Amino acid sequence: MGTIIEEIFSKKLGRKVKAGEIVICDIDYIMSHDNTTPLAIKAFSEIGKLILNKNKIVIHFDHAYPAPNIIVANNHKKIRDFINVQGLKNFFRKGVCHQVMIEEGFVTPGSVIIGGDSHSNTYGAFTALGAGFGSTEIGVSWITGKTWFKVPQTIHIILSGSLQKGVYAKDVMLHIAKILTMNGATYKSVEFSGEFIDNLPMHERIIFPNMSTEIGAKCGLIKTDQTTINYLKNQTNAKGPFEIIVPINPIYEREIEINVSKLDPQVACHPKVDIVKPISELNNIQIDEVFIGTCTNGRYEDLEIVASILKGKRVSENTRVIITPASKRIYDKCLENGLIKIFNESGCIVTGFGCGACIGRHGGILADNENAFTTMNRNFTGRMGSPKAKIFLGSPAAAAATALAGKITDPRIIVGEIDE
Amino acid sequence: MSRVWKFSDDVNTDEIIPGRFNLTINPKELAKNVFCEVRPEFSKNVKTGDVIIAGSNFGCGSSREHAPVAIKGSGVKCVIAKSYARIFFRNAINIGLPVLECDIDAKQGDEIEVDLKTGKIIINNDEYKAEPLPEFILKIVEAGGIVNYLKNHDIEELQ
Repeated sequence: MGTIIEEIFSKKLGRKVKAGEIVICDIDYIMSHDNTTPLAIKAFSEIGKLILNKNKIVIHFDHAYPAPNIIVANNHKKIRDFINVQGLKNFFRKGVCHQVMIEEGFVTPGSVIIGGDSHSNTYGAFTALGAGFGSTEIGVSWITGKTWFKVPQTIHIILSGSLQKGVYAKDVMLHIAKILTMNGATYKSVEFSGEFIDNLPMHERIIFPNMSTEIGAKCGLIKTDQTTINYLKNQTNAKGPFEIIVPINPIYEREIEINVSKLDPQVACHPKVDIVKPISELNNIQIDEVFIGTCTNGRYEDLEIVASILKGKRVSENTRVIITPASKRIYDKCLENGLIKIFNESGCIVTGFGCGACIGRHGGILADNENAFTTMNRNFTGRMGSPKAKIFLGSPAAAAATALAGKITDPRIIVGEIDE
Repeated sequence: MSRVWKFSDDVNTDEIIPGRFNLTINPKELAKNVFCEVRPEFSKNVKTGDVIIAGSNFGCGSSREHAPVAIKGSGVKCVIAKSYARIFFRNAINIGLPVLECDIDAKQGDEIEVDLKTGKIIINNDEYKAEPLPEFILKIVEAGGIVNYLKNHDIEELQ
């Protein structure tokens, strides 16, 4: 009985759990990456106790891999040494941690996963509790296998209608960020439901929990249905049978109803994710770099949309267009189906898989006074390099249209849905 | 007597310490670049015992623990904000940076007195009382962070 988050904790603890309670709960997987693991190792070493269960630990290299400088290289070496000494098996260098967590089958309905990364909320698309934690708690949890949670109240977002051509889940999520603001769901769970979500494929559903981080949420959750189960069976290494977790007579703190049918493509403007405008208001902004990728929009289906817009055309001479597939699996599929060739022929730079330019460490750092249009989830000052650069966020289709024009462009103009 | 460093709403972790400086985990090294883009004068002028006063949603954005570590490394005694982003709040407690929730009227450079135990804050002759931290969080804070707590306790003892 309860909201999805209450259902997850109730099942885990074998008793009825209600919002507001503080619980200590077993963790299924403890995830961290090359940026957050060094501090976790420090905390772990200082406590000086043993790892409870090595199979629960999952470590990824994705934030800056291969290493772009000596300091990062030494950090990687330190983590690899730790992995070898401890005999850890779940070590991946296959792409963005959240995408690889899904592909490798760690994310299943009802599982509790803490991640040393703020976008661990992503797992909520599969009705798993995914929550971002700091490094110290990651190292602590290696020892304890459990941690404390305050069971959050839930904001329920009910989405109805169907999108116009050229408008995507990303546009809807940016619209939600505008309504709720960056502070609107702080400490809360956010449930996304309604006929729009029911009809949405998994790669688009993932956007909502993934970006629930940007409105402050502890977690973002979508109920389990046949779409969830089919994806887990066909697209991941997860082993069933899977739990079906849905809200049962839930009491929500707040409910927001949104009809998406008339929504235009949206853009989040520098430097906050909640400064969101319809793309038509930003038409003439020149763009120096387009970056397509990340845990938000670097999936195969995203890149397929980009390829469909770029095929047979050349990107603007004045714009660097960087495409970073989220994972090796996605990269391989792009290669197999000719997408990489399309990107190369249209003048894009395709990089290896991973987080790429998103964290301003390598793979497309911005210069002073440059403008970037990206498919990322966050556009804070200095995130991609120079603090004097500006970052705009939008859908992969909008990024592709912008790449062709060299200025922010409504993708519906390129696909002939509307006139310029 | 401590001095106030005043910040507005939605201060994010990229502003506290940009990703390109998170190559080290040394608090003093991180402190050299804390707030370097939004307040370049901060790291040069901050004094041990100074207090940060901010608006709502302080520490939003990435989960990087480098952010509270950088603030602690700069010698700041505590942060007082109207509200915090959840990961930052947890991280600060875990690494032993005191974080109090209180809506305070203050200006840059004001003198301030904070009693961390009672939550009593005196500024410009006005007295404020910060929201008390939950009991289990106090256990972690009193131990000087979660690492120190777990050296002598089991996680179950928090409940």
